[in-house]
Amino acid sequence: MAETTSSRKAVVTLPSDTEILITRVFDAPKHLVYRAWTTPEYIARWWVGDRGVATVVDVDLRVGGTWRYVMTANAGFEVAFHGEYHEVVPNERLVTTEVFEAMPDLPALNVCTFTEEDGRTTVTLLVRHTNKQARDTHLSYGMEGGMNEAFDKLEAIAISLA
Amino acid sequence: MGDMARAATTADAFNAVAEPRRRELLDVLALGERPVNDLVAALGLAQPQVSKHLRVLREVGLVDVRDVGRQRMYRLNALPLKELHDWVLSYETLWTRRFDLLDEVVAELKAKEQDSGGDDE
Repeated sequence: MAETTSSRKAVVTLPSDTEILITRVFDAPKHLVYRAWTTPEYIARWWVGDRGVATVVDVDLRVGGTWRYVMTANAGFEVAFHGEYHEVVPNERLVTTEVFEAMPDLPALNVCTFTEEDGRTTVTLLVRHTNKQARDTHLSYGMEGGMNEAFDKLEAIAISLA
Repeated sequence: MGDMARAATTADAFNAVAEPRRRELLDVLALGERPVNDLVAALGLAQPQVSKHLRVLREVGLVDVRDVGRQRMYRLNALPLKELHDWVLSYETLWTRRFDLLDEVVAELKAKEQDSGGDDE
């Protein structure tokens, strides 16, 4: 297939009821992608997307170490996430917990891998939740309309599937 | 998960439409309720195959069926899919934007490494 700009898109799939899989190819060797992924000054630049400004990026990159990212969203409110590193294999693999501090009872486990081929790096981020509702709630973080709209939608789905 | 067969979920619906023929079926049904013969004609598949795809779509709640006279009429119920699809799209947009920014960082790191003769790694 011809190369198109869409190949630069993040691809999001749902491998099961409790998981989200995000993949993307980067035109760089994996040690550079890993560095951008794990260094606070770089994380502050990419993690917020275009939704706000990073105010805290703490990274203690070792097994048992913790991380915490805080963003002031464009709408004015603050969103914060934190977690603990369970596995740290430099340039290869990271396993961490992720807690959205507004919903601390719904922790996820993130399994992130960096695979290099011909100088290009594929990043796969598998987000594992303990149940479907937590997964769907997480997915709804992405909604521009914010959490209320997301919860309304979640409820509508729950009703439609009852 | 309940005492009968596991309830279909939005992820089931999402995954059900990963199959191109089932997408085609939904496209045809998006134009209105149809008997199975119309669907067979529209897809150019044998009836057992069409019936199998319809069964999968019914199981995940994307297609409803009712009897009209002697015919079974199929219709689309895309709402559960639409909601999930919207979420996934929006989530994908967030990550696409993040990764575009990550590209910029990585390109800088790459340039820096080349400048320093690659002795950085």
